[in-house]
Amino acid sequence: MNAHQSLAIGQPIETFDAISPPVTEPDAMVRFEGISKTYPAYRGKPGVNALHNIDFAIPRGSVAGVIGRSGAGKSSLVRLINGLEKPTTGRVIVDGRDISALTGRALRLAQRSIGMIFQHFNLLSSRTAADNIALPLEIAGWAKADIKARVTELLALVGIADKHDRYPSELSGGQKQRVGIARALATRPSVLLSDEATSALDPQTTRAILDLLANINRELGVTIVLITHEMSVVRQLAKEVVVLDAGHVVESGHVADIFTHPKHPITQSFLAEVIGDSLPVSLASRIVPGPSAGGHAVIRIEVRGAGAGETLVARLARELGRDVSLLSARIDEIGGQHVGSLVLGIPLGVSSAADAVTRTLAFLSQHQFSAEHLGYVA
Amino acid sequence: MSPELVNLIIQATFESLYMVGIAALLGTAFGLPLGVFLATSRKGELFAAPIVNRVLGIVVNATRSTPFIILVVAIIPFTRLIAGTSIGSTAAIVPLTIASTPFIARLVEAAIREVDGGLIETASSFGASPLQIVLKVLIPEALPGLLLALTLAVVSLLGYSAMVGAVGGGGLGDLGIRYGYQRFMPEMMLAVVVVLIALVQLVQSAGDFLARRVNRRLRHR
Repeated sequence: MNAHQSLAIGQPIETFDAISPPVTEPDAMVRFEGISKTYPAYRGKPGVNALHNIDFAIPRGSVAGVIGRSGAGKSSLVRLINGLEKPTTGRVIVDGRDISALTGRALRLAQRSIGMIFQHFNLLSSRTAADNIALPLEIAGWAKADIKARVTELLALVGIADKHDRYPSELSGGQKQRVGIARALATRPSVLLSDEATSALDPQTTRAILDLLANINRELGVTIVLITHEMSVVRQLAKEVVVLDAGHVVESGHVADIFTHPKHPITQSFLAEVIGDSLPVSLASRIVPGPSAGGHAVIRIEVRGAGAGETLVARLARELGRDVSLLSARIDEIGGQHVGSLVLGIPLGVSSAADAVTRTLAFLSQHQFSAEHLGYVA
Repeated sequence: MSPELVNLIIQATFESLYMVGIAALLGTAFGLPLGVFLATSRKGELFAAPIVNRVLGIVVNATRSTPFIILVVAIIPFTRLIAGTSIGSTAAIVPLTIASTPFIARLVEAAIREVDGGLIETASSFGASPLQIVLKVLIPEALPGLLLALTLAVVSLLGYSAMVGAVGGGGLGDLGIRYGYQRFMPEMMLAVVVVLIALVQLVQSAGDFLARRVNRRLRHR
């Protein structure tokens, strides 16, 4: 029995299983199959093809990030998962059931197993924190006593047990989002959708909210789908990533795989937000195309993978028999993998400049590092 | 002023309150659902029925643009059908209700449309039915606006109620016309106006107070 089940107090009056038997697909919690979404022309505005041929799956219990620039189709994508929108073609399987085929009452019952949190929290201003959390339970027809117990438990889970009777106008942004998270989890969903849930929060609060979501994923086993345009959110929380651009999935897979070997320019630009792709200004201004006596050759090395680069500088120095200077370094961890770059200065000694560069690049290539000769500094 | 005249004023005040009170209740009973429907039945909305929405909108506008005094006489047969008579305060409730319903509906529509559309999406996302969204989200969230709308409606009804004196409806307006104007008793006219001003002030203050009470959007402690 996992923690999610042990939290159970009241039982919802009706469960979805009573209505349709699940399709057997044990590994994927959310599966997009040939999804396209077209919004028809309306009132003089032309139609929009929001999504094209989307195919991917999010494993059960995972945290998946869907990242893209604004207008990439992220919001449409997440609204297909909880049935707020219907695909033009294809189907969306959530927890083994084709949610895109459901309507009316059957859809509403299925939606109770899919929680959602929002950028602007979307709390009812007329209800206290506790009553906001109670709303989905009231809608699901829970008994009053069960609601009361469940709400107390949820407030404690998200760390705001003391805010029971506070109205949203009396809460900070982070506290409001905690209420939003508690509300989304109230009916014990198997999937939690997060639509830019931290975009309206400051960096410190964002970190706290992401930590809370990580805990919820770990403790309750809830699959989390994060819609975001912020690389930091994906980096901190996601295990899987789907990169969306102009309605197409341009890359998808494990965060570590995607960001250690980004193929699409959009993915590369997201990665650059975290690790930076430009040299420090003071260094860039000193680089010249030709060597000078006593100067250094400037080599940039891409660092990709677990533990990559940790002993590289020492090994390279040993290989060359010279001290190597570290001019600039930026390495971050994404999905447990090191991602970043080192900029080294290779001293131009007794051997020719070309020789020093050639030997360095040969050594790096031999150890599977991708490297680039940028020029020389005095 | 003689005790008889004071009694007349008291009696007329009660007649006015009776007409306005019942008409406001009935106007809200009809106007609230109508207003909610108008606010939620355009294309793509909760109870999407664009054609019905447009037809009701035209009917509401037509009723609102008919001058009240003309409405009162035009519907005399209908009033007689409903109230059994076309004379007196009870009969006057019929045209007052018919005039206030579309007015209240438009005010309710505006208040409901003020509710953040994100809340409708939120409630839908956890499987709320359209009716649950109306009862648990739209009306509670719009409550401060709805109370102010109702206040405005009651104040307007007090004004309308003065006109039903023309068809024997009684009330303060009737008293002011018959005694103050036709019998040339300026002190009676003044007394009627003072009572009406006091009533409007009272209704407005009560409405403002209640609306503030239920408004949780701003810090209130």
